Amino acid sequence: MGLATAKQKKPFNFKHTIFNLLGKLLIFTIVVIAVYPVFWLLMSSLKAPGEFSASPMYALPEGFYFQNYVEAWNTGNMGTYFKNSIIATFPALLFIILIGAASAFAIEKMQWKMKKVILLLFISGIMVPIPIVLLPIFTMYFHTGLLNNLFGLILVYIAFGLPLTIFLFTSYFKAVPNELIESAVMDGASIYRIFFSIGLPMILNAVVTVALVQFFFVWNDLIFAMTFVSDSDLRTIQTGLMSFAGQYGQRAWGPTFASISMAVLPTLFLYLFLNRAVMKGMTSGAVKG
Amino acid sequence: MHKVLGDRKAIFLFIAPALLIFLVLLLVPIIWSSVYTFFEGSLIKGFDFAGLSNYFAIFSDPDFYNSLWTTIKFTLVVTTGQVFLGLMLSLLFVFYIKKASFLIRTLVFFPVVLPTVAIAQLFSKLFEIAPNYGLINSLLEVLNMEQYIEPWLGQTSTAFWILCIMEIWKAMGFYAVILYAGLMDVPEDVLEAAKIDGAKGWKLTQFIVLPLIKPILISSVIFSLSGTLKVFEQVVALTNGGPGKSTTTLSVYMYQQAFTSGNYGYGSTIALVLLFLTLVITLVVYRVSWKDATK
Repeated sequence: MGLATAKQKKPFNFKHTIFNLLGKLLIFTIVVIAVYPVFWLLMSSLKAPGEFSASPMYALPEGFYFQNYVEAWNTGNMGTYFKNSIIATFPALLFIILIGAASAFAIEKMQWKMKKVILLLFISGIMVPIPIVLLPIFTMYFHTGLLNNLFGLILVYIAFGLPLTIFLFTSYFKAVPNELIESAVMDGASIYRIFFSIGLPMILNAVVTVALVQFFFVWNDLIFAMTFVSDSDLRTIQTGLMSFAGQYGQRAWGPTFASISMAVLPTLFLYLFLNRAVMKGMTSGAVKG
Repeated sequence: MHKVLGDRKAIFLFIAPALLIFLVLLLVPIIWSSVYTFFEGSLIKGFDFAGLSNYFAIFSDPDFYNSLWTTIKFTLVVTTGQVFLGLMLSLLFVFYIKKASFLIRTLVFFPVVLPTVAIAQLFSKLFEIAPNYGLINSLLEVLNMEQYIEPWLGQTSTAFWILCIMEIWKAMGFYAVILYAGLMDVPEDVLEAAKIDGAKGWKLTQFIVLPLIKPILISSVIFSLSGTLKVFEQVVALTNGGPGKSTTTLSVYMYQQAFTSGNYGYGSTIALVLLFLTLVITLVVYRVSWKDATK
């Protein structure tokens, strides 16, 4: 009996080893494909001007040539673009979360007739292709002085952040027990008090998740920024990077790689520390819809 | 109780800000855009009523058909690539790497969060030919495969495919993570029972695993379709529709007509076709798969 199993096991083991090696190789290849381009980008951003023509592109940099970053920041205006992106992103996030949560709270926890219709209306916004709204918003902004104005950008970011946010928040509010709200009402708390000190804290995890998702959408936006802002002093990182690469991309490879890296680094760090929440948040829109 | 939870003033205060912004910047523009389709002109030129002429024009416009075909081709290639590779990766995570897959999943998901513009700039440097070889041509050179060195983004035959590769690369980790979550929900005892009955490898996947994760597979396909049909930023940042018109998708063509040529009516007509296309395709996929599931 023992002999028989030993005999059977030997050829199986050999096959198993080959299979195992091939599997390891496959996984290694997948990781290289996923990660290497970005690694290559970061390495290239540290190369001195002569290195691009003197040594092959896959070679590691000979030293840390941080001058590329200095040049991209100053000559390439990446400093200004960063400031503009921050000014546009964070107020938009704050309002998306605040008014999104307030609407979701009213829809899910309060008693009124039209709430199903209103929820459906908001959710239908998720599917809308952005090109269809560009011209009318451009016309409105033209007449109200909101073109070339970061406030105009903030408003469209809020409008387009709301559908998914309200959709996700209502599903989280559903999990908050009604008894909790009702007992607070019995205790005489006002509805505003209930929203701020029971509603919001109960979905705090969801707030973090949604804020992360919306951060990536707003921070990475190109289509709104390139349509509503043409003034070079008001460009965000994405439109700034486009114009930088258009101007210097062919000649100054080092600073170009440095400016691409600068656009990538904030999202990279955020992902490094909060990857679980990011993965959960980014996929929740597709999973629940 | 109802006095507090049905307080009209409070409900209004909670809903009004979101609803107002939503109506003004999302709903009204869709209707407004539909009205534009009956006009020609622009903000600067002024508007003239044009009846149905934009609709007649669009169906005899070879550039429209070209961009429609490019969009459909792109959607077919990219959705298939994203969902298929995502599925393969998720199967690999669950049945081969198993519990230790978190690190690999995190790494493969990473490109999802990167800015499109940065990815496009990175890819244009990867496939660069002049003034220096980019990474790909540089590798081909060292491997003595000089005959394969190409101006990848500078010729119509390859630019479209680089665009597809970029979009698949960016999002396959996204679908891998979604489908992985679906696979984790497949009950262990169902798999065990099937294994005892002699099912393994592809048979197990094909007849047991795939039918069980079908709902999540369908929502992945729909999600991918609605993303790829309206593809804009990737194209603008990588090729700007070129070389020639080889990567001009519907969204890009709409943008050129609306903002470069100043044809608001015609641009809006293209945008409306895009909206219609998205709705119809989503509905068809939904219906077909739903019918199939009830059989």
